[in-house]
Amino acid sequence: MSLLDVNHLDVRFALRGGDVRALRDVCFSLDRGERLGIVGESGAGKSVAAFSLLNLIAKPGYIAGGSICFDGQELIGLSDRKLRKVRGHRMSMIFQDPMMTLNPVLTIGEQMVECLKAHRRISTREARSISLNKLQQVQIPSPEARLDQYPHELSGGMRQRVIIAIALLLDPDVIIADEPTTALDVTIQAEIMALLLELCEKHNVGLILITHDLGVVSQVTQRMLVMYAGRVIEQGPTREIINDPQHPYTQGLINALPQMATPGSRLNQIPGSMPSLSNLPSGCAFHPRCAFVERADGSRRQACHDQVPEFVTSGNCQAACHMVAEMIESERIPAEEQDR
Amino acid sequence: MIAFLIKRLFHALLVMFVISVIAFAIQDNLGDPIQQMVGQSVPESEREALREELGLNDPFLVQYLRFAVNAAHFDFGYSYVFNQPTTDVVLRHLPATLELVAAATFLIIVLSVPIGVYSAIKPRAWLSRFFMGVSIVGISIPVFLTAIVLIQLFAIGVSWTPFPADTGWGAWLNDLITTEGGMPAYGRGDPVPVFGTWETNFASLEGLSYLVLPAISLASIMLPLFIRLIRAEMLEVLQSDYVKFARAKGISPRRIYFLHALKNTMLPVITVGGVQIGTLVAYTILTETVFQWPGMGLMFLDAIERSDIPLIVTYLMIVGLIFVITNTLVDLIYGLINPTVKLTGKPA
Amino acid sequence: MTTLTSRPKSRWERFCDSYLLYSFKRDLIAQISLLVFIALVAVAVLAPWLAPMNPYDLSQIDILASELPPFWVDGSDPAYLMGTDAQGRDLLSTILYGARVSLIIGFGAVLMQATLGVCFGLLAGYLGGRVDAFLMRLADIQLSFSTLMVAIVVGALFKAIFGGGTFSDYAVPLLVLIIGLAEWPQYARTVRASVLAEKGKEYVDAARVMGLSSRRIMFRHILPNTLSPIFVISTVQVANAIISEAALSFLGLGMPETQPSLGSLIKSGFDYLQSGSWWITLIPGVVLVVLVLVINLLGDWLRDVLNPRLYKG
Repeated sequence: MSLLDVNHLDVRFALRGGDVRALRDVCFSLDRGERLGIVGESGAGKSVAAFSLLNLIAKPGYIAGGSICFDGQELIGLSDRKLRKVRGHRMSMIFQDPMMTLNPVLTIGEQMVECLKAHRRISTREARSISLNKLQQVQIPSPEARLDQYPHELSGGMRQRVIIAIALLLDPDVIIADEPTTALDVTIQAEIMALLLELCEKHNVGLILITHDLGVVSQVTQRMLVMYAGRVIEQGPTREIINDPQHPYTQGLINALPQMATPGSRLNQIPGSMPSLSNLPSGCAFHPRCAFVERADGSRRQACHDQVPEFVTSGNCQAACHMVAEMIESERIPAEEQDR
Repeated sequence: MIAFLIKRLFHALLVMFVISVIAFAIQDNLGDPIQQMVGQSVPESEREALREELGLNDPFLVQYLRFAVNAAHFDFGYSYVFNQPTTDVVLRHLPATLELVAAATFLIIVLSVPIGVYSAIKPRAWLSRFFMGVSIVGISIPVFLTAIVLIQLFAIGVSWTPFPADTGWGAWLNDLITTEGGMPAYGRGDPVPVFGTWETNFASLEGLSYLVLPAISLASIMLPLFIRLIRAEMLEVLQSDYVKFARAKGISPRRIYFLHALKNTMLPVITVGGVQIGTLVAYTILTETVFQWPGMGLMFLDAIERSDIPLIVTYLMIVGLIFVITNTLVDLIYGLINPTVKLTGKPA
Repeated sequence: MTTLTSRPKSRWERFCDSYLLYSFKRDLIAQISLLVFIALVAVAVLAPWLAPMNPYDLSQIDILASELPPFWVDGSDPAYLMGTDAQGRDLLSTILYGARVSLIIGFGAVLMQATLGVCFGLLAGYLGGRVDAFLMRLADIQLSFSTLMVAIVVGALFKAIFGGGTFSDYAVPLLVLIIGLAEWPQYARTVRASVLAEKGKEYVDAARVMGLSSRRIMFRHILPNTLSPIFVISTVQVANAIISEAALSFLGLGMPETQPSLGSLIKSGFDYLQSGSWWITLIPGVVLVVLVLVINLLGDWLRDVLNPRLYKG
């Protein structure tokens, strides 16, 4: 059994025109010390997935069904008091924009000490020395002075280091990092990512990395999920997916990377844009943008329009696509015929 | 911090300069001190001599400078009506107004913060909706009408029996809408002398009873504004990333609401609200008129009615000074609470 | 507007599809408020035809019938539904005429302050530099002095300059001017804020590159984009102007008692409160509060729907 098991997670937003389903039937798992990437365009539901793990979705969002089992404990339906013992303690988060994540009117020290004191019965002095230690681990220059500084006195990169230090404060089992480097200068993105990776490896902390950057995912994570319109459409070992993507959407994402384009030609892009969650196309949500709705012989695959695709396994990967299912099927039938 | 202070001080001086120009223009164009000093019967030649002697024929700038120098010494001449230095007259009325404003401010702060915070934390609770409903009605009632209704209810009393008195619920409802009256609603009573011309209503229960109705009506203008302001700011802060991050850290809701959120909420509330408290002085004109509270506002209205120009000018200058002082104080407090303001004074 | 029909979608159709109408249909409070507001405006406008008496006509006034209570109180006269005031005027008629005066001044003053404020705000925001610094400092000073205080001082000045008699004769335009002068900073700051936000956008650069004049850019390109916040504060400002007028009248710096607004009616009744004639004060008071309340509720609803960037303060 994995450390974290998410099954059939269903998250909705109660809006005026009725519920909008932000996550449908999301399943994944995470082993101790494993690093998992969640990829997708903005609006695909990556952040909602991250926030729903700790039940931090803001109203009008709510978890409508499914299960989140963490270290043998079911988190959905847990009281706020018990959930608080998990938050920041066993599972902590790193947010996207370090400029907005720290409270501007409290010192760095106050924001670190309060987190320790919320979970452990320790004195302020002990808490400060632990905080200092963590600040040293994230390689902040003159960490002692930082404890009494306010966030606005630190640069964006330094603030993200502080946030990583806070996330590591109680030696959690899992860190959920929601686009931790997107808001930073390009020059320090790699630095911060390397630091995060190093600390996770050193302390054997599991990492759920949410990003739209396939390059980062391929370097950092062992397994990955690809999300589209609130669903997981492909998952498996990162290396295999990057090298041999099954789902047409994943293929599109990888082909759209600048390094995949031949020099001098235009960048490859997926035509169209992601549909609005309140108005999803029927069948496979990707079919209006998919180049493979028509088979190679020119006939249309009706299932793409009518049926939501199920996961099919191909090697170590799983993809939710009628085309992939058909291909596997056609490979198997000749094999069976040979057997006969 | 020093640079910040100097900047604020410069701003304050600029505002006082503008006010003094306006005040001087009023005095120069509307007041005729000769008329007040000697009356109608004196021949024109003598008036002209007196005018020359008093420097009233000097160029505008010279006259303004004289006015400004005197103003800096709080010397605005004599009141026509009281025949005393106007500064003395205004200062005699000042404590009554300041006490009224202080009592109203106390009510506003004590009530608006908990109500505003509560209705932001639980925006859908029926109590929050009730507070919001009451506050929009409160904004729509002019202060003098609140005062009049309070007088009718608690000073004069209402005996109204629209429900059948022979049934239990009828009698109970009748009791509910019938009020005793008897609260003092006229003047200050007998305030206790403290120091010089300062007499206080805070020193005795009887004095406080005179303060109750005027203070409530004065507070009634700003209270709904403050509740709505605090609620709106708090709602915004509760949406912020740092509050979400605090929740992700596993901090208790109480600490998130009352430390993380409230401290950030109070920053804009102090800037907007502090200035509003200053403008309460303006609203005392209305409250004091209704309750015949012998403060500056009543005095000012009297001065307008009797065209006591020096007294009007003095009132404007002193009220202007009060506004400037409150604004500067508010900025200072803001600077002390908001860490991002202190940029200049931080040791490197 | 004959061309409208040839367009693919007429303005009316677009309005029917709009979010504004959609949310209005779902908001009971907004519907009731609008209904009450329209009713009040209608009876106020039609006062000369609806009112049983003309309170401005001295020959219709019976001084012997003064201080009669409204119909539900003992001792009332069925001829005077809401009773009479201290001068024997029918209270209902006086209130109808008074509401008319209050509304005229309220809307007039908002027109005045909007004109001043929008012009100054556009100038400050578009030109920037010294003009901006000067205008905004002026607005700051005026606001820190509170609009009520400014209105009282300007009112007192006008009264002193023109004398009581002339002031009474021209009370309506003078009050419009006074309240307009006192409240323009609200508009100026809001317009300036949205101009600054709009100015940075590309379409303004494009217009400038095309060689359009500053005035044309301001009024044809930037102003339409600042309309929604102007619209929202206008509703609140009408309510404020009506309250300001009532306050000035209550202090004796507004409408004379011979031509009363709701505020001066309340003032004239206040002297008789102690003698038990509460209705002269409280009935016009209730009308005033209802009028201001429905405008404020409509303003609240509009702000929620349009959700513009408003200047805090």
